[in-house]
Amino acid sequence: MYASQQDELINVKGLHKYFLGNHILKGIDFSANEGDLISIIGRSGCGKTTFLRCLNCLEILDSGTIHIAGITLSRHLNHHITEENNPSNNKKRRVLLPNLGMPKEERLDDDFRLKARAIRLKVGILFQNLNLFPHMTVLENISRPPMIVKGENRDQTVPRAIGLLEKVGLEKFMDRYPHQLSGGQAQRVAIARALAMSPQVMLYDEPTSSLDPELVQEVMEVMINLHKEGMTQIIVTHAMNFARKASNIVIYMEDGKIVEQGHPDEIFDNAKDQRTQQYLSIL
Amino acid sequence: MYELMNNFINFRSIRRLSYLMIKKFQEYLKKKYTSGLSSILLKLTLIFAILFSIPEISYSQKKPALSWAADAEGNAPFIFKDPTNMNNIGFEVDIAKAIADELFMEALFVQNQWDGLIPGLQIMNYDVAINGIEITPERLSEVNFSTPYYITHVQLVVLKGSKIRCLSDLFGKDVGCLKNSYAERVLLDTAERGPTAIRVKSYEGEVNAFQDMLNGRLDAALVDAPIALYYASWNPEFQLAGEGIGEMSYGVAIRKSDTLLLRNINNALASIGSKGKLKDILMRWNLWNQSMRKYLNDYSESNIPPSEFKKYLKSQGKAKTFSERMQGYYDSLSLFGRAALTTIQISVTSMIIAIILGLVIALIRIYSPPPFSKMATAYIELIRGTPLLIQLYFIYYVLPTTGIKFTPFLAAVIGLGLNYAAYEAENYRAGLFSVPKGQMEAAISLGMKRRQALRFIIIPQALRLVIPPITNDFISLLKDSSLVSVITMVELTKVYMQLSLVDYDFLGNGIIVALVYLLLGLPFVKMAKYAERRFSVDKKRVVQ
Ligand SMILES: Nc1ncnc2c1ncn2[C@@H]1O[C@H](COP(=O)(O)OP(=O)(O)OP(=O)(O)O)[C@@H](O)[C@H]1O
Ligand SMILES: [Mg+2]
Repeated sequence: MYASQQDELINVKGLHKYFLGNHILKGIDFSANEGDLISIIGRSGCGKTTFLRCLNCLEILDSGTIHIAGITLSRHLNHHITEENNPSNNKKRRVLLPNLGMPKEERLDDDFRLKARAIRLKVGILFQNLNLFPHMTVLENISRPPMIVKGENRDQTVPRAIGLLEKVGLEKFMDRYPHQLSGGQAQRVAIARALAMSPQVMLYDEPTSSLDPELVQEVMEVMINLHKEGMTQIIVTHAMNFARKASNIVIYMEDGKIVEQGHPDEIFDNAKDQRTQQYLSIL
Repeated sequence: MYELMNNFINFRSIRRLSYLMIKKFQEYLKKKYTSGLSSILLKLTLIFAILFSIPEISYSQKKPALSWAADAEGNAPFIFKDPTNMNNIGFEVDIAKAIADELFMEALFVQNQWDGLIPGLQIMNYDVAINGIEITPERLSEVNFSTPYYITHVQLVVLKGSKIRCLSDLFGKDVGCLKNSYAERVLLDTAERGPTAIRVKSYEGEVNAFQDMLNGRLDAALVDAPIALYYASWNPEFQLAGEGIGEMSYGVAIRKSDTLLLRNINNALASIGSKGKLKDILMRWNLWNQSMRKYLNDYSESNIPPSEFKKYLKSQGKAKTFSERMQGYYDSLSLFGRAALTTIQISVTSMIIAIILGLVIALIRIYSPPPFSKMATAYIELIRGTPLLIQLYFIYYVLPTTGIKFTPFLAAVIGLGLNYAAYEAENYRAGLFSVPKGQMEAAISLGMKRRQALRFIIIPQALRLVIPPITNDFISLLKDSSLVSVITMVELTKVYMQLSLVDYDFLGNGIIVALVYLLLGLPFVKMAKYAERRFSVDKKRVVQ
């Protein structure tokens, strides 16, 4: 048991998350091996995005254990309504401090904070709205973060950034600004930006949902190529086709829990759980 | 005096330091960026650097200096601008020089707002104040006075043909006077004893009272006799009513602690009095009167002509021809030019303080834990909720009592800088909030620390958003800088007032000063427009 956990790149046990006193993630157990391409499907609002954000420590789990690439984060709050989750408390904070997109880390101890940052360095994430940096060119978007975060110098990061741009087929666009890109191109730049940090795991939140059908292909291809290179990837998606064809594991989530997981064929053709069957049938 | 020099030296080293900092910053910018934003910054810092490399006036002189303060925006015959060459002239200028000569010193004039003459004396901005300051018990509790250098009375001035002859004719009438003056006290005392009220209106300057009389708002004005002589006696629309009233003495104001200086100045006054020098000056200004005769015990006849008074009348009496007027404007351009430079120096320096400090305050307000963020909020509210004028007075006149003393320039720049920092902080806050929160998230998810995310991702984007409002603020700062004349800076508005009071040409000089302000603001208006175009958010978001 212990040995197998060491082999797994990601291992999550009993993950709980609350928002404003609402129980959102209700005990998630999850694991992934190196090289897996995992698709997560499920109804809107079931907690998929929240789960991904917890994996990247953008949301701080309230209880459970997350083990990613050799780093283990553990947290166990006794009360369901913690200070941080108490709705009345939160309202107060809202007024004083509008949410500026920062995880509320101030109350966490230094050790936890260091670990969270270490995990973020190993886990790349692609947001639903990409959040490319609008004041930087495509090349800078990819080459500057490693300089800032890891102190690497330009001579190292620029060639690597160009290499990554070639990989996603955008080397011609490196001097453009994000607002001069199409949706699919922006998506691929965002992937390259995440890859530039040399992550061991890539997370995608509905990477193609906002794209025209003909653009979906070019983004999917990037992910399939990464899969061939052995990158571990977790994708939240509503594109069942892609989930079925590309991934080696499909996970069905409902109401903050993982209901069922298995090989795509198994899930799509032969779901054991009634809830999964029902969800797939209405598609 | 020592202190004055000391401040000067400090200021000099600060200048040097800021110059070095600018150099460094420029190099850094050149190396780091080539974007449009930084090239604007580059230009700004260049302007700043040029402004500060202007050689400063040297105060070197052989004789020790006796620095004396007065308000050159004041009135004839005390101290005013010679219309022909814009030098400061007046009988007090002559007396100051005579006293200094007597002490083997050099008279060094220091410009100071009249209201601030005694506070300025107490914070050691100069050695003495000589500017028609009446010796009163209240003032004596704050400073020492020399023996009087001039004794005079107050005089009723009425419109030609008015029936008013004396104080008792004033009941039920509207009467103007200078605020906080002997005349005001006389009027209030009379009113108390009278059957019906006197509607006393106090003015910032006697000239305003005369103007209001012409406008029909006043029936009479009670003013110091010299003022009546210089502003009303020759004017066909006015007449002097009755004899002089009461008696008042002007003295040289000296700090309580400077007892030696007090003794020296009294000796000097006694000496110029007995030598006839004082009489000579007063004769030339046509101010020699019965009170002075008695005071100096000098009843001798002398035939010194009232040359200065005649000269003054000549400049007032005849209307200027068009070409004389134009020549006058042309001559005043160098004064305006120098003042414009001061205005720019003050505005640019305080804006740089505001831009940097504002960012720090905004960051503290948004991102620090409550005690600090609350302090930042309190600062912003305090500054925005109180008048700039009061803040300037506070920095210049109150802080020195706690040992913190600035030169007028530093006080002006700190006052305006601290004030505008509060407004800029709010601009930054708006800017920081309008950067989508996903930007911070993206930066954090890439492994950046909060500080790195702020510095490399959030602030650069916010800066673009705040450049247009900040540039607009600079234009209002340019105009607000006129307020620093209250702390003795001679900038554009002050020069405008000084020049206009020489011949009451508020219109002509007003047009010039308005043009200068417009000219100064123009590059920044242009810059604001450019910045708006260049950094407009909507444009950035459009997918092409
Ligand atoms: N920051 C937040 N504060 C409060 N509630 C939140 C927050 N983020 C998410 N939630 C709530 O948590 C629940 C799960 O949200 P989540 O975004 O994880 O759903 P999802 O499965 O990604 O849905 P979708 O498919 O629509 O993206 C929702 O009910 C949502 O309202
Ligand atoms: Mg989602």
